[in-house]
Amino acid sequence: MARNSDDRDLFPGALEIMILQSLRHKPMHGYALVKHIKQVSNELLEVEEGSLYPALQRMLREGFLDSEEGVSAKGRPTRIYRVTDSGIRRLEKELSSFGKMFEGITRVLAFSQS
Amino acid sequence: MNPLPPLFGRTRRYSDIDVSIEEHIQERADELEAEGVPRRQAEQTARREFGNVALLQQRSREQWQWPPLESLLADLKFALRRLRKSPGFAITVLLTLAIGIGANTAVFSVVDDVLLKPLPYPDSNQLVALWLNAPGAAGLANFESGLRLSESMYFTFSENNHSFQSLGVWVQNTANVTGIAQPEEVHTILVSNGLLETLNVPPALGRWLSPADQDPHGAKRVMLSYGYWQRRFGGDKSVIGRNLQLDSQSREIVGVMPRGFRVVDNDFDLLVPLQFDRATAILAGFGYNGIGRLKSGISIPQANADVSRLIETWMHTFRNGPGSNPFYYRVWRISPAFRPLKELVIGSVTGVLWVVMATVGLVMLIACVNIANLLLVRADSRQNELAVRAALGAGRGRIARELLIESVALGLLGGLFALGVAFGGLKLLVGMGPANLPRLSEVTMDWGSLLFAIALSVLSGLFFGSIPALKYSSTRAIATLSGSKRTASDSRTRHRSRNILVVAQVAMALVLLVSALLMIRTFTALRNVDPGFSDPAHLETLRISVPDLLVPNQVRVTQLLNEISDKIAAVPGVESVAFGGAAPMEGIDPNWDEMAAEGKVYPGGEPPLRLFNYVSPGFFSAMGTRMLAGREYTWDDAYGLRNNIIVSENFARENWGSPQAAVGKRIRQFSKMPWQIIIGVAQDVRHNGVDEKAPEIIYWPAMFNSPYTQKPVITGPRAVSFVIRSKRAGSEALVADIQRAVWSVNNNLPVATPGTMQDIYAKSMARTSFTLAMLAIAGTMALLLGIIGIYGVISYAVSQRTREIGIRLALGAQKSELKWMFVRSALVLTATGIAIGILGAAAVTQSMKSLLFGISPLDPLTYVTVPLVMCAASILASYLPARRAAGIDPMEALRVD
Repeated sequence: MARNSDDRDLFPGALEIMILQSLRHKPMHGYALVKHIKQVSNELLEVEEGSLYPALQRMLREGFLDSEEGVSAKGRPTRIYRVTDSGIRRLEKELSSFGKMFEGITRVLAFSQS
Repeated sequence: MNPLPPLFGRTRRYSDIDVSIEEHIQERADELEAEGVPRRQAEQTARREFGNVALLQQRSREQWQWPPLESLLADLKFALRRLRKSPGFAITVLLTLAIGIGANTAVFSVVDDVLLKPLPYPDSNQLVALWLNAPGAAGLANFESGLRLSESMYFTFSENNHSFQSLGVWVQNTANVTGIAQPEEVHTILVSNGLLETLNVPPALGRWLSPADQDPHGAKRVMLSYGYWQRRFGGDKSVIGRNLQLDSQSREIVGVMPRGFRVVDNDFDLLVPLQFDRATAILAGFGYNGIGRLKSGISIPQANADVSRLIETWMHTFRNGPGSNPFYYRVWRISPAFRPLKELVIGSVTGVLWVVMATVGLVMLIACVNIANLLLVRADSRQNELAVRAALGAGRGRIARELLIESVALGLLGGLFALGVAFGGLKLLVGMGPANLPRLSEVTMDWGSLLFAIALSVLSGLFFGSIPALKYSSTRAIATLSGSKRTASDSRTRHRSRNILVVAQVAMALVLLVSALLMIRTFTALRNVDPGFSDPAHLETLRISVPDLLVPNQVRVTQLLNEISDKIAAVPGVESVAFGGAAPMEGIDPNWDEMAAEGKVYPGGEPPLRLFNYVSPGFFSAMGTRMLAGREYTWDDAYGLRNNIIVSENFARENWGSPQAAVGKRIRQFSKMPWQIIIGVAQDVRHNGVDEKAPEIIYWPAMFNSPYTQKPVITGPRAVSFVIRSKRAGSEALVADIQRAVWSVNNNLPVATPGTMQDIYAKSMARTSFTLAMLAIAGTMALLLGIIGIYGVISYAVSQRTREIGIRLALGAQKSELKWMFVRSALVLTATGIAIGILGAAAVTQSMKSLLFGISPLDPLTYVTVPLVMCAASILASYLPARRAAGIDPMEALRVD
């Protein structure tokens, strides 16, 4: 169900980190967010809409994000998402644990290869 | 993190989601269009790429929801909407539930407050009733609960026990209050030292009666009940220290007890010190109720053991008078049989209340079964809908939950109405004051009752909902989608659950009807008992007591009562008048003692105890008690102090074989006393109530030489019940006339507890008539519900088998055969139910033994009648739909669909 939508990510929390990091860079609406991640990752990562919108709502509910009425590049009404202070704290916490995990994984892989 | 997402302001969130998603799709379409795809196709592609928009919106919204509750509310809304659409069904079910749950809640409140709650005293579990066993004192076995305490026992036990923090004795009495407006008879409770300490309820005003107030030579004091304080003194606080004229004795008011304070279960106006005198106390006089408060850690058996060793001490310390043998009481084999005070208070009502509780519980069960049946029919008509939902992926649990939510909603709605029913029912019940129900003043609707009602609502909802839920949630139901309505008839299995329910209903209704009929038979058996008096509706009774201080001389007392009799006899409409120490069934035993017949040898050397009454001339003719031999007293017998005596028929038969043979025979209480010559034998009287064996009674005259003193001392009753035969009995006017007649003799004498003998007689039957009324109501309800149940099942079967019936008729089936087919199937169900019910009734009614009189719990007439009635009801209930089946036009039936 909805709560498990994160499962489709690379690993739990990856989508959240990417959303937070992207929105910290600049507040965006949903479609722009998808585009942004796709471009920045050099088309290596594509965010599924099926995961994105529930994830955005969850993060809104948890207070990491804020949304406001706005317009898209084409002038259509939409909602612009921005990161809150609590979202930034969350991102930094996640990044640090992500960094540790990544380092750990790298070391283990390096060890097995040698 | 907030575990409960905000449930409000969500509409904005939802539209935000929709706007975002819509924009997303449009932007993607723009992009595709820019790549050269035509706009319409671009939009379609964008949508397809995006996926299931509705599902995504739903998932996104769910982030703001608490899904279990949301879907529950949705189901509830749906259930309520469907109920509104079938008001007939809803009203039937709600009414059934309101009555069922209401009755159960009302009875539960009574059971809870009367049987389960502790008595309203601090640490009331420490309180014990000090009753004694005395198997050797034959006559005393007639007392409801063994032997009570004497004054000397109180001294012995309270001074020497090691088990009680405190103990005291009390006895009910009446007294005349004069000096305030009209003379008035009030209810008093005489208390010994230690009694108030034992009950341990502090006074509302002033102080308790103190040990000094118990000094026989000390000042005369009194305490008021809250009610009397309000009634007589308007709650005036300055009442402390004022004086009250009680039985012509001035007493100082020292305190007021709080509202609701009762001694055991007795209301009273005044608390008066017993002022026991240790110097004059004798062994006998076993008339006091004892209460003790156990020391913590002491059990009742330990207290019994402690006090049983004091019985010898008691006999060593006191005497009955010079020359008497104090160890005579060894013959009585006195031993303590203490028990919790609460047991004494609720006493015989326990059985009645549990029977009533079980009865209403059973009716509730039958009602639930009926509702389950209705729900089954309803679910049947929704079978297609449910099958479609199952096919679309609704899980078994999801469908079961929806059905259960509907039934629990019904249960709770019914419970809501039930609270009104319970409240009204309790008001009615307390108003009627049935069966001398103890602690009735404590019965209220409280949180316990409310909780019970809610629990019962939910449980019954789950119960009657679970039957259709279990049946229709199974995936098997899908099969019905493929099978069309064209098949001739439903399979047997489809009817099985309904049939089982009807069998259960019949069985339970049978148990209730058997119990009700047993009570009716008991009631008629009681009505047929000759109570020993006649035409009680035209017999007025009232009590008059002459205080010692007002008229000290016994001869004057007898003359006074004689004068009053004459004045009352002159009141218009009065046919005859007389008085006695007690009228039958009043709950008063004037005295008990030994009585030996001349020439008879008694086992153990001591004759058994007999009930004594003291009667004026004309007592038996006024009561309508037949003289079987000899004659009644004359005033000459009384004033002449002749040694004449009247005995009851059973006493005469026991000693001389017949009433006639008894006349002229001699009896006496103790050796060295003059013999009393029997001059008359009166018909047996059910003195202790219609359902109690008539005791052997010795009737003394209104004045005689006391058997308890060495020198002849004239004695006689001072507190008497007048019995007045008149067509005006029961009217206020007659009581007023009588009061004037009494005051014309002495204006300090009040007339107390006026009423008719019929009231007293009905009170004696109250327990039976209350149980009877409850069971009769329950039985009738059960029968009605059973008839509806059978009717429902058969008419449903008929409607389901219309096509089959059409074919049968077209093929030449006889209408009468068809009718019989349906009636027979109802009879088979009924017979199965009856068979199970008879076994149930045989088991259940064993527990009713103590409520029955004159019949066995397996009374054959009852066990034949009730099944016949049930069969007749079943035929009636099935005949109506069967006739409809026979009336079916085969052309119509086969044209359906």
